[in-house]
Amino acid sequence: MDLDDTPQQAAYREQVRNWLEQHKPEAPVLAGPNALREESEIIAARRAWQGKLAEGGLAGVTWPKEYGGQGLGPIEQVICNQEIGRARVPGILDAIGVGMLGPTIIAHGGDEQKTRYLGPMLHGDEVWCQLFSEPAAGSDLAAVQARARREEDGSWRLSGQKVWTTNAQFASFGLLLARTDSDVPKHKGLTMFIVPMDAEGVTVRGLRQISGEAEFNEVFFDDVALDADAVVGGAGNGWTTALTTLMFERVTIGLGSEGLGYNSARFARAIAAEEDAREDPEVRRALGEIGSELMAVRFTGYRTLTALQKGQVPGPEAGLAKITIVNGAIRAGDLIADVLGPDALSADSEWAYMISFLPGLKSAGGTEEILRNTIGERVLGLPPAPRLDKGIPFSELRSQEATAA
Amino acid sequence: MNLALSDEQVFLREAARGTLSRVKTLEAARAALDGDEGALPDLWPTAKEAGWPGLLIGEGDGGAGLDAFDAMLILGECGRVLAAIPLLGHLLASAILSDAPAGAPLLGPLAVGDRRAAYLPVSPPDDISGQWSADPAHGVERAPAPIAAGSGSEARVGGELWFVPDAPDADLLVGVALRGGEPVGVAIETSADGVTIETTRRYDATRSLGHVSLDDAEALVLDAPPDSLAAAWYLAQALLAAESIGSVETALEVSVAYAKDRHTFGRAIGSYQAVKHSLTEVLRQLDNGRSLLYYAGWARRGAPAEFPLAASAARSVAGRALDQAARTMISVHGGIGATWEHDAPLYFRRAQLSRRLLGGTSGATDRVASELMAQASAA
Repeated sequence: MDLDDTPQQAAYREQVRNWLEQHKPEAPVLAGPNALREESEIIAARRAWQGKLAEGGLAGVTWPKEYGGQGLGPIEQVICNQEIGRARVPGILDAIGVGMLGPTIIAHGGDEQKTRYLGPMLHGDEVWCQLFSEPAAGSDLAAVQARARREEDGSWRLSGQKVWTTNAQFASFGLLLARTDSDVPKHKGLTMFIVPMDAEGVTVRGLRQISGEAEFNEVFFDDVALDADAVVGGAGNGWTTALTTLMFERVTIGLGSEGLGYNSARFARAIAAEEDAREDPEVRRALGEIGSELMAVRFTGYRTLTALQKGQVPGPEAGLAKITIVNGAIRAGDLIADVLGPDALSADSEWAYMISFLPGLKSAGGTEEILRNTIGERVLGLPPAPRLDKGIPFSELRSQEATAA
Repeated sequence: MNLALSDEQVFLREAARGTLSRVKTLEAARAALDGDEGALPDLWPTAKEAGWPGLLIGEGDGGAGLDAFDAMLILGECGRVLAAIPLLGHLLASAILSDAPAGAPLLGPLAVGDRRAAYLPVSPPDDISGQWSADPAHGVERAPAPIAAGSGSEARVGGELWFVPDAPDADLLVGVALRGGEPVGVAIETSADGVTIETTRRYDATRSLGHVSLDDAEALVLDAPPDSLAAAWYLAQALLAAESIGSVETALEVSVAYAKDRHTFGRAIGSYQAVKHSLTEVLRQLDNGRSLLYYAGWARRGAPAEFPLAASAARSVAGRALDQAARTMISVHGGIGATWEHDAPLYFRRAQLSRRLLGGTSGATDRVASELMAQASAA
């Protein structure tokens, strides 16, 4: 058991640190008096920065070399993330593409797709978005209703709606899960597509949340034409392809959760600055409980990393870390606002933003309830609740639901 | 980076599990609660045979020369089956002695278990109190640390320590006393004049406790560095955390097995979300506690400056996990879980007492806040 770098890891860290020191002046400034303000400027600067990170080998660390990556392991990815955090520069803009969608294409895509899409994705020339969730398909993702119909020439026509889509407003492509056969049970009639976001019939609308900011989008598809080669992983295999993306999402959450900034040091700093609060037993108890749980998540991440290095695939228990982080941060926000008073809720307060963001995050990447179901069944081996949708063609399921309503 | 058990550690754990599985510890715990103190088997010979008394003593002094994490693995196994073995106090005492050249002559018989030591728990100052202090006999005010008089390597120690783990029948007491306001390590023979140990039981028959009274008792002053005296307190937190996590493991396993087996309204109760989610909550807390144990196990030697925070955080999370696990174990079993014949009350009793020993779970939680804010102010 050892948390220190091996000599090879230390050398890699040194190499990354040197590169960052040398190139830090080129990084976009996102905070302070000289910060970029316009969203379009920020996006442009961050795309350019992602390109530089990719050229320096600091993006796509775990991607195979043949697709422009470094062919290294998860440990090097974490070292790279740690050094980017330490240098106080932004990471890559398209973490969803490079972390989840690119690896899905590498696993299931055809050679031409890999050649065409992976390079521009890695360099930030083309940003991607994930088009999975729908208004009526979140926890029950296989219930997606967006429909793609195959034309006689082999091309497709897509109609439907997606929601909670990060980066859709400036994405070039999306990876989309659609229903292509309603006459088979719901997990079987799905297909994964690559969708150009500038295609005719695609409409992106910002979705404002509690904070007033629009961090997500709704995306509408109105009879959008897709070429035959837009399919990833074969028609009817969409669920298998989606599971790969979700597996990479767990890795991203498991290893990158600290990047959310919900850590014990930040919350302790806020309390320590308040003379009266830092000696208040009730405040100390709350801070101690929250702080110890959030610290635990860091070391759960290291345990996950150790397992990944040994070639093990991370299981659903990574979801427990997400539950701990979100609930810990919610408690921390309440504690800090109790200590600071209404000033914590002023428009320019970092805490007001965090407090507004967290209720939605509780449902993001799987609601707490569905995560607890999955973990209870797949980790503890508890029996599932009886299901009414097993083996029933999707079209009949829909009519059953309509009758029941 | 490697945060996993080595092959040797897995072997150590499996061997301990095998050894302890041959003893009916839970039946003994229940019988002892019923007043049959003799029902508790003497597991010290078992511990000796397995080499556990010498775990933290160097090989040169006849021990195994292992580290905190190995000791935590053994205590985890003891916690799984609520084994009554006076190891906790012995390991902590041997850790202090091993850090003091003057303690070396005492180590040999302790390493092989021919003599047994106990640790006098005294907590280091925090950001508010600034004082070394001990658990009180009653109430929430911390009690004063023992006082040492005299100079050089010999001293006379006076003071009272309450609820000292494993003190009954120990041969040697090792801990911290204040001499001229400064902490020094002390080793006191229990046979010395002025030493009284009153055996005490509270709620959990498997936990050996004693009230220790020192009246001008002759002591050997240990030349252990002050950091090592403070580290003994944090090692106590880490070891108790490890023991608690072991108990959580069993409580969860038994509860899950029952939730799969017991049916209501035509299906297993574990299929209901209310039951499933309460069990995943235990798993969540268990997993957090285990991660912090890995941190503490590494930090004692790997990052000593972080050890107070790591060990206190482990104790805080593990203590709360055990509370949660014991109550969940009872509720998942329904009414039967609250009956004398069931094992759940034994784990509940363990949880109730553990959370109030060695500064308490709440003391560890407060220490986490103290350490985190100190780090934040220093940054």
